[in-house]
Order: sequence, then structure tokens, then C-alpha cells
Amino acid sequence: MTDNLRKAFPGLLAILFLAVVPLLSVPPFWITLLNNIGLASLVAIGLVLLTGVGGLTSFGQAAFCGFGAYTTAVLTTAYGFSPWITLPLSLLIGALLALPLGLITVRLSGHFLPLGTIAWGLALYYLFGQIELIGRFDGISGIPPLEFAGYRFLSGKSIYYVIWFFVIATALGARNLLDSRIGRGIRALRGGGQAAEAFGVDIVRAKLTVFVLAGIVAALSGWLYAHMQRSVNPTPFGLNMGIEYLLMAVVGGAGQIWGAIFGAGIVLLLKEILQRYLPELIGSAANFEMIVFGVLLVAILQISRDGLWPLVRKLSPERPDRQIAAPAGSLPRRAMPADGTSLLRIDQARKEFGGLVAVSNVSFEVKSGQIVGLIGPNGAGKSTTFNLITGMLPLTSGSIFYAGEKLSGMSPRRIARHGIARTFQHAKILPTMSVLENVALGAHLRGNAGVFRSFLHLERQEEATLLREAAHQLERVGLAAHLHRPAGDLALGQIRILEIARALCLDPTVLLLDEPAAGLRHAEKQELCLLLKKLKQEGVSVLLVEHDMGFVMGLVDHLVVLDFGTLIAEGRPAEVRQNPAVIAAYLGGVAA
Amino acid sequence: MDATIATFLIQDGLTSGAIYALLGLALVLVFSVTRVIFIPQGEFVAYGALTLAVLDGGRMPATASLLVCFGLFSFLVDLWAMRREMTGARALRSAMIDLVLPAAIYIAALLLIPLGLPSLAKALLTIVIIAPMGLYVYRVAYRPLADASVLVLLIASVGVHLAMMGLGLAFFGAEGLRARPLSTGNYALGPLLVTAQSLWIYAATIAIIVGLYLFFEKTLPGKALRATAVNRLGARLIGVPTQFTGVTAFVLAATIGAVSGVLIGPITTIYYDTGFLIGLKGFVAAIIGGLSSFPITAIAAIGVGIIESFTSFFFSSYKEIIVFGLIIPVLIWLSLGVGQHEEE
Repeated sequence: MTDNLRKAFPGLLAILFLAVVPLLSVPPFWITLLNNIGLASLVAIGLVLLTGVGGLTSFGQAAFCGFGAYTTAVLTTAYGFSPWITLPLSLLIGALLALPLGLITVRLSGHFLPLGTIAWGLALYYLFGQIELIGRFDGISGIPPLEFAGYRFLSGKSIYYVIWFFVIATALGARNLLDSRIGRGIRALRGGGQAAEAFGVDIVRAKLTVFVLAGIVAALSGWLYAHMQRSVNPTPFGLNMGIEYLLMAVVGGAGQIWGAIFGAGIVLLLKEILQRYLPELIGSAANFEMIVFGVLLVAILQISRDGLWPLVRKLSPERPDRQIAAPAGSLPRRAMPADGTSLLRIDQARKEFGGLVAVSNVSFEVKSGQIVGLIGPNGAGKSTTFNLITGMLPLTSGSIFYAGEKLSGMSPRRIARHGIARTFQHAKILPTMSVLENVALGAHLRGNAGVFRSFLHLERQEEATLLREAAHQLERVGLAAHLHRPAGDLALGQIRILEIARALCLDPTVLLLDEPAAGLRHAEKQELCLLLKKLKQEGVSVLLVEHDMGFVMGLVDHLVVLDFGTLIAEGRPAEVRQNPAVIAAYLGGVAA
Repeated sequence: MDATIATFLIQDGLTSGAIYALLGLALVLVFSVTRVIFIPQGEFVAYGALTLAVLDGGRMPATASLLVCFGLFSFLVDLWAMRREMTGARALRSAMIDLVLPAAIYIAALLLIPLGLPSLAKALLTIVIIAPMGLYVYRVAYRPLADASVLVLLIASVGVHLAMMGLGLAFFGAEGLRARPLSTGNYALGPLLVTAQSLWIYAATIAIIVGLYLFFEKTLPGKALRATAVNRLGARLIGVPTQFTGVTAFVLAATIGAVSGVLIGPITTIYYDTGFLIGLKGFVAAIIGGLSSFPITAIAAIGVGIIESFTSFFFSSYKEIIVFGLIIPVLIWLSLGVGQHEEE
């Protein structure tokens, strides 16, 4: 309990400070500024989720504020709706418009995505200025204030509490969301998409989720803005504001929820100083904040690309490691197929890259309860075969079956549902996430809590079982000592082991390991060998690519040899070792 | 709509399309060599047009002082960068480029303006003032980020755009200016009335396209630029100074921007923020060209110009919405082509 208190202390202090400010006799100017910071924070929190965490850079968020603000402005002035009824409607409109925009935007790749947001950001601004219903460039005025039990929130001080209530609620919800099963999928979007997809995360859906969420919180900010300002026009919803919101997120730092509020504070305070005091100082009324903001944006990217919030956090005391709550129950296990039945069947699989045939009509089989080794010289097509089995690459021709069901043509995440888990030749982990969370990503398909429950942290029971499972698998592979370290701190060999633990979290029937022993010391290899044998006893089948022949020979039941994409031999290890074609492939052509 | 209106609209579209083509080419050039999506390109256009307009009034353009400021700032950044390994030769070289060059241009402008220059000389002076800014912008904003991802460079570009637009506002004010045409006069071409200025625009666009072609195909620096564009590391390994190619690309882009400004300044009133919108239309073209193809970009730019002139005739208030909305289907189509890259 004291730990919890210590953790929450800086936050409670900040909330207390915010609550007290209006009671002191501060000039109204400060209250207005804090209100604006609150409104901008909402948008910036959305952007942190979208850009900082999800890796989708948007310059168009201001347009979503417009959706929220105009919805309530039209409904309250023209149709006499109460603002409290327009609140859910504004958010709904924000979400409904974010959906088609998001469907287009998240499909844009690389730098086309931010360019796309600039394009629709601009187009929407001009559109706001053309629509008769929302008053063209003049906008709408005479919007009623918020009202509760006869009290009208007219003054800056009264609406201040409403704004900051929503800011803190949104920030806590966003933090909850990131610390959840759904959140791990979102955090994997930036640089870990393939791994996440291999464990059943629907990447497009995760992108769409953050996009819509960011749209909803921006619409919330717009709704508040409309009732604070009591008039709206297109100016605050244009591209320049969109850029300013992105600046706030960059100043705060990528992926830092509280950094968003910090960034909004810095940027708006700076703007206020530049607009209010600088002209007096140098006797000219130009818009210097544009220059300063531009320079600031470039400078932060050059000097501290992760923003300024991490620097602030360093000042606060170190946080204790989180405890994994004891779960109520354990996760259900998949029924293992009967020993010796055909589990994975590769039938005439072929993959061409342009003119290069990487895998040429390869057929083999993995029987349930078997450990099968896939070996061959470099460039033989082993990893390509893995990618074909797991759906990362589409087959050119041929097919792949799992227990009689055709896998080829399915997406990686649907293949993962069958209990097929893999590791990667070039380890794909999320270096800033903890070891435990990286591994918990593997258990994604074993939970079902959605965005809403995660936002409110109503899924703690399920989350505890997932984390406990992850911790259990980490203990099994011998990484129990490193649960809370950032995964990027581990040595390369340990990262490979981490990937195995992650794969085990899927509760697999088939485990595909791509060079698991590379980078391991001798003793570690022996432990890995024992682990794989134990898995085999539990009924898990293993398909293994490995270069360490001693390791492979002592472990596998069946060996498949590829060379230049063609299967040249298969059989029991002892037989394959004698095979002249195999010897030729490994020792050079003349040996035959 | 009759044929006269249609030909008039096409001619109008060709004129603005030619300008967009120049800007689109500059954007493709900068992107392919440095991976920078150069959003501030339009600011050079505004600077160019506004400078020419001020020169027309016989006054000293603020961009000359701005150039000196840019140089000074760049010099400070240079000094800071070499604080540990300062040598006389390097400091001298920086001083020549960052301090002496802008000062010389400033003094030249100071001496030349009272002479009452002919319009072509004013145009050249404008270009000479604006072009070196490309160098300083690269030095200060982008060179320290040379290893960053395209995305980070894009965000930095937005920052540079904001700063340069703000500087434009501070130095030229919020009011629009219009320059005098390079030469006045109209030529009747059948039913068409062709202004001398639009002939200048066509000629300059063609000259720059031919010039770029010759530069890239026939000269060693041009080939070095192409090599850097294809493979940065490979180019460096065979001895191409990649920082030099970055500087060249930016100076070329600024020059093209200034030329576009000189060309467009007399056709339309330019405000401090007009450049951005003009630049973005060049962008639409560059994006259609996949940020890599010069010919497709040029053709697309003409298309953008013609679409714009027709939409402004038929639905004038929706002009910008249509032009910018057009990018989105193109972006989708391009995204389908490249697939996802993980490590971006």
C-alpha cells in the first residue's frame, strides 16, 4: 500500500495543485491559460497515443476538434439541444468521421501517411469555411454555456474544473489502456508490427483503434472549447493548429502520456509570453511564436529526440518494480493433438522473388510430438520456408496444411490462432518495453478484453492471468531474474530465449524456432536442449532451423535439408549425415 | 462553356502548372538526394516574389538582411560543431561561406539598388539573394539530422516551414505585394492572348528542366547527386562527399524556388503565406511522381494546374478542397505499391 501511495504521490500533488489554483486570487489571465493548456492537452494525449506510441504521425488532429466543436455548436444553437446531450453526440461524430479517414490514412505507408494528414487537414479546413450550415468562415456564435443543476459555467474559473476533470480522466484512461493487452498491441505498432501480427494482433485494427481514439479525445477538446469560447470559426481547426499540437507531443516526448500535458503547457506558456511580452519589448506586433515554434521543433528533434518529459522524469524518485497480482484462475490450455498424427504438411511449396526461386516445390511434414530440424547452407530458403508457413510471405504456388486444414492464404494472425508460434532469425522485440510485457504479447490471443474495459482497467483479473503466464514462461526459460528490465538491455542470446518464452505464451502446438541457439553459450545451449525435450514430452511439436550441428543432431527426430531452395534430403539424423548430396552441399560440390 | 473559355482555362492552367512543375522537380530533387520532404520549398517562392516586389519599389529587401542573419546563425552552428577540433583553415572556410558571402551579397544589393536596375537584373539579384539560403537551411536544420528517419526529417521540415513563414511575416508584414512583370506586352496567338510574362514562365521552366537534365546526365557533380540518391552509403564508399551533395540539392532547390517566385510574383499578389500553398501544389505533383520521377512530376504538375484552373472557374470556393483532396487517392495507390516497411 505504501508503495502505491509513493507511486501516486507526484500525481496527487499535481491534482491538488490544479484544484487549488482557482481558489487563490490568481489573475484571470492564468486561469484562461490553464484552460487552454487543458484543452490542448486532450488533443496532445490523443497524439501521443497515435504518433508517440502507435508511430502514426498526424498533422491533422485540429480538424477533429472542429468536428466536436461544430457538432455541439449546431445542435445547441439551431436545435436547442442541451450541451450534456451533445457531449456523447460530439464524440460520436468525431468517431464516425475518424473511421473513414482512418481507414484511408492507416493504409498509407511510411512518409505518405503524414503527408496524407496534411492533405486532409488542409482540405477539411477549407471545407469548414464553405459549409453554409456551420456559418462558413464566420462560424457560429451564441453557443450556450454548460449548465448543471441551474448553475451556468460562465466564468473561466468554473469551466476550469470541467476541463481538467476531463484531462485527468483521459490521461488516466490512456495510461490504463497502454498498460493492457490491447495496449501492448498498440505499442508494438512502432517497429514491432510483424512480431505482433505473428501473435495474433490485428495490426490494421490496432492502428484504427488509436486513430479513432485520438479523434474522439480531440472531439472532446472541441466540445469543451465550443462551450468555453461560446463561438466557433474554422481558424483553430486549421493545419497550423494541427502542427502546433504535434509540436506539443514532440516537446512532451514520444509515448509519454503525462508528457503531453507537459508539452501543451510549455508550448502555450511560450506562446503567451511571445504574444504578450515580446511585442512590448521590441515594439513590434509580428507573430514571433511561429518562428520560435519552428526553431523549437527542429531543435528538439536535433537535441533530445525523445522530448523533454523523460528529462523531467529523471528528477522524480525511481519507481518500484510493479508486482504481478496473483491471478484468480489459470489460463485454459489447448488440447494437444494425439502423438504421431500429421500436424503440419508442406506440399509443393514454392516462393519466387522476381526471377529468384527462393523455395522450389518443397514438401515435408511435421508429425505431432516430433522435433524436426530444417537445415541447409546460407541462402537455402529456410527462413523463407518459415515465413511461408506463418503467412508472413504469400506462396507463389503449392499449399500448407495444419491438421488437414489449409493454412496458405491466411493472414499471420489467423495462422497464430491455430497454435503456431514462432521466433525470428533477426529477433523482433520491443526494446523499450519490459521483458515481461514483451513476453505477454505472446499471450495476446488468450485474452479478450477490449478497448473500453482496458481504458477503465476493468480487465485486471484477465491481465493478471496473462502476466502470470508470461512470468511463468520466463521462469521456465531461465529469465526470471530480468522480468522488469527493458528488453533492449538483454544480451543477444537472452533476447532469443525471450522470443521462445513469448512463443510459449501462445500455448502452441507447433513451435517454429529460427536459429534459437545462435549466440548462446555451451551451458545455455544444453538448457535449451532440455527445455525443448520437455516441451516435446508435453506434446508440443517443434520445427527448428539451426546451424549448430551438434545441437541439432542430438535433438531432432527428423531432419530436412534444403539447398538453393530445393529439398535435397530428409530422414533420421544419422541417415541424413551419410547422404552424399548433403555432404556435397556442406563441403562443396567436388566432394561428391 | 465554349471553346474560348476552355482554351483560356487551359492556358491559365499551363502557366500555373509550369510553376508547380518547377517546385515539384525541386522537391523530388531534394527528397531523392537527402530523403528530406522539403515542405519549406514554398517559402523560397514567397521570399523570391516579395523580394522582387520590394526591389521594384527601389527599396532594400528584408531578405538581404535575413540572408546575413542566416549566415551568422550558420556560422555559430559551425563553430559549435567544431568546438573540439577547431582549425584555422576550417574556421576560415566557414567564415568565408557563412559571413563573407552574405555580406558581399548584401553590399552588392545596397550599391546596385539605387542605380535603378532593369527588370531582368532585379530578377537576377533576387535569385542571388535567395539561393544561398538553401545552404544555410541545410546546414542549420538538416545536416545534424542526416541520420534520422524520413519521418523525423518530415517533422523537422514542418518546423523549418513554420520558422521561415514566421520570418516572412516579420520581415514583409501581412500585406500582399505584387511585382512588375519582367517584360510587358501581349502577343495574339489566334484567339489567345499570351502575355510576355507567361512566355517567360514557359521558357524558364523548359530551361530549368533541360538544365537539370544536362546537370544530372552530363556533369560529375550531377552524377554524384544521382549516386547519392540511389545509395547513400554506397556513394560515400566510392568517395562521393554526401554532405556536399546535400548542400548542392538544397541550393538548387532554393534557386528553383527563387526563380519560381520571380516568375509568379508579377501574375498574382503574394502574401507571406502564399508560398506554402503554391509549394503544396508542387507537392501534389511530386507525390504523384512518387517523389522519385522527374518526368511524371512535371506532367502531373501541369495536370494539377489545369484541374485547378477549371475548378476555380466552375466551383471556385471548392478549389483548394478539390486540389488537396486529390492527393489522397494518389497516396493510397502509392501505398499499395510499396507495401509496408517495418524498420522505418
